[in-house]
Amino acid sequence: MKLTKNVIISRKGFQSIPEDLLLKNGRIMDPLQKMDQIADIHLRAGRVKNIGKIPEDGFNGEIIDCKDKIISPGWLDMHVHLREPGFEGKETIFSGVLAAANGGFTSVCCMPNTSPPTDSQEIIQYIKDRSKNYLVNVYPVAAITKKREGKELSEILELVEQGAVAVSDDGSPVMSAEIMRRCLEYSKMVDIPVIGHEEDLTMTEDGDMHEGFVSTCQGLHGMPPVAEEIMIARDIMLAEYTDARFHVAHISTARSVDLVRQGKSRGIQVTAEVTPHHFTLTDEAVLTFDTNTKMSPPLRTEADRQALCEGLKDGTIDIIVSDHAPHSSEEKEAEYINAPFGIIGLETTLGLSLSQLYHKKIMDLNFLIEKFAVRPYQILNLIPPAIKKEEMANLTIFDPDQEWKVDTSRFLSKSTNTPFSGWTVKGKPFAVINNGYYFISIL
Amino acid sequence: MALQSKHLLGLDGTTREDIVTILETAKSFREVLDRPIKRLPTLQGKTVVNLFYEPSTRTRISFELAEKRLSADIVSFSASNSSVKKGETLIDTVKNIEAMKIDMVVVRHGSPGAPHLLSRALQSHIINAGDGGHEHPTQALLDMFTIHQKLGSLEGKTVGLVGDISHSRVALSNIYGLRKMGARIILCGPSTLIPREIEKLGVEIYFNIDEIIPQVDVLNILRLQLERQREALFPSLREYHNYFGITRERLENASKPILIMHPGPMNRGIEISSDVADSEHSVILEQVTNGVAVRMAVLYLVAGGRSETN
Repeated sequence: MKLTKNVIISRKGFQSIPEDLLLKNGRIMDPLQKMDQIADIHLRAGRVKNIGKIPEDGFNGEIIDCKDKIISPGWLDMHVHLREPGFEGKETIFSGVLAAANGGFTSVCCMPNTSPPTDSQEIIQYIKDRSKNYLVNVYPVAAITKKREGKELSEILELVEQGAVAVSDDGSPVMSAEIMRRCLEYSKMVDIPVIGHEEDLTMTEDGDMHEGFVSTCQGLHGMPPVAEEIMIARDIMLAEYTDARFHVAHISTARSVDLVRQGKSRGIQVTAEVTPHHFTLTDEAVLTFDTNTKMSPPLRTEADRQALCEGLKDGTIDIIVSDHAPHSSEEKEAEYINAPFGIIGLETTLGLSLSQLYHKKIMDLNFLIEKFAVRPYQILNLIPPAIKKEEMANLTIFDPDQEWKVDTSRFLSKSTNTPFSGWTVKGKPFAVINNGYYFISIL
Repeated sequence: MALQSKHLLGLDGTTREDIVTILETAKSFREVLDRPIKRLPTLQGKTVVNLFYEPSTRTRISFELAEKRLSADIVSFSASNSSVKKGETLIDTVKNIEAMKIDMVVVRHGSPGAPHLLSRALQSHIINAGDGGHEHPTQALLDMFTIHQKLGSLEGKTVGLVGDISHSRVALSNIYGLRKMGARIILCGPSTLIPREIEKLGVEIYFNIDEIIPQVDVLNILRLQLERQREALFPSLREYHNYFGITRERLENASKPILIMHPGPMNRGIEISSDVADSEHSVILEQVTNGVAVRMAVLYLVAGGRSETN
């Protein structure tokens, strides 16, 4: 890789933006304000000073040409594993936020399956300290139960006061309906969503992939789709019974989409997220035995993949998340049954979403931006960033039409476990601006 | 003579032509096994490593004998006395072994796809000796060889695969191979031991053993893994035997003599009764003999089909 100036800078961290910065000729799209116009943005000290036609002549500051680029409010990836504390060989908070910025995100939620897990105020505080003063905002998701064991509730009120924006035992489904019910009830007091990794573990033990024709051909143990659907059905019913907010993590099957759709139509407070790999790939990818096709939930069938796209289109699925799950190469270069679940996604999510959804005409740009720049904030009860005079700039800038080849040597994540290496995708992150910093993507 | 593929990873990825070549070649090696001197110089100077990450008696001995009959230098390695326990990855282990200059690796491993992983990491030829619940290509080849030997052809023959089909590498390799050779395949076993959507591989599924006996030329009776009872896949050995066990009484409904096969090791009195296993129609021990010949053919052809002496 050519070590350009940006690479060197980016490895060191984020650069403060100059006193005056002019974003020239970008297409500004802010769905909440119904804004869609080609204009210039003048930032002073990181704040939007002016939007409109701003002449370059006489502008005393740095100018970034944003021609053919979209300028959107900053994107939030609500499902990221930063691995710190505990698994710093896979990712750290610092490398994770660099990867996020490189991939076009200005905010991430970090999942609690660290070691120790995010079930105490100390860990929330640790994450906050370690992510302070970065371009990327890090919002911790706390564990539902102590040690993520599914037995006793964490101190959710304190964790939320400390800064947790949601609770989840991600990776470890809450098998007890009673604990899940109590968690939903308890979380209502602070109006946060309970995020469920939906998998009936009694049905997926030893499972490595989706159960179906391909698992039969590969001789791999299957994880039946119904193991996910049963839990989603249960938790939607519990959300209805408790009148609480429930969010389905990484939804993956057609029937699951139906369940969420029905729940929403009954007025139940249920939301859902999907990953790019689930709306892009199918279980046929496992035919190669490439361990970068092993994730939980597993890649499903073509019918499921189409149902996920349909769910995104009709609004059943609210948001797109990466489920960025870094693992070291020595762990992934293993026998299929011994390899860990999960792939990274922070640096491919934008490109895959634009390729698969916008360029394949499943949704327009405005709607796609909502799924990253509006809905995730709303689900978490955070104020979505707005491109507005006097507001601090929190921006994701991307080129919707630029084709590029996914090259893991340009990733800033510490890990490279992705099945998309070498893929050509259309739609590329260009830059992010937030908290007075800016970062030009090196992808 | 050579194969189109550098490795034998499974019969799914093996062409019909290559299967025919292996079976033809095995015929001449089978003749060699009846000679007083069974050794050929074919693989002289070649080094074969047998990597057995799962316990195996007959497959391992069969491969070792096949290699010795062909005069290869051989080293065998089993997981129990290896560095596996010291936390070394599979890739590191095999790369170290390959660094000692070897030509071929025969691998048995509990994970589906382990031979495929090795084929990407190594220069050596890889032969799959069983990868988890995926494939066991040499077993299926020796089964096909035996059927061909006894019935004269595979095309148009009806083969019943009976028992624990789910996660059976023997069943899957037989299905892939026999389908390519034009045989009709009937699967019969408890519904909980039939994997999902397997009918898409072009097989028929029956749950009543008495319905298939009048239809088949061959019964290949799979070993019942006894731990499946704990996994709630069937309720008891008694019920299994009563409904799916192959007994002499059941075979009386056959319209013609049925070739009785079993890949071993047998659970006598469960999936097969002793009188059937030891009957005149049983070719179970001949399968074992043929296994050596088939593995000789595979080793010879995978190595490039060239004899060092000619």
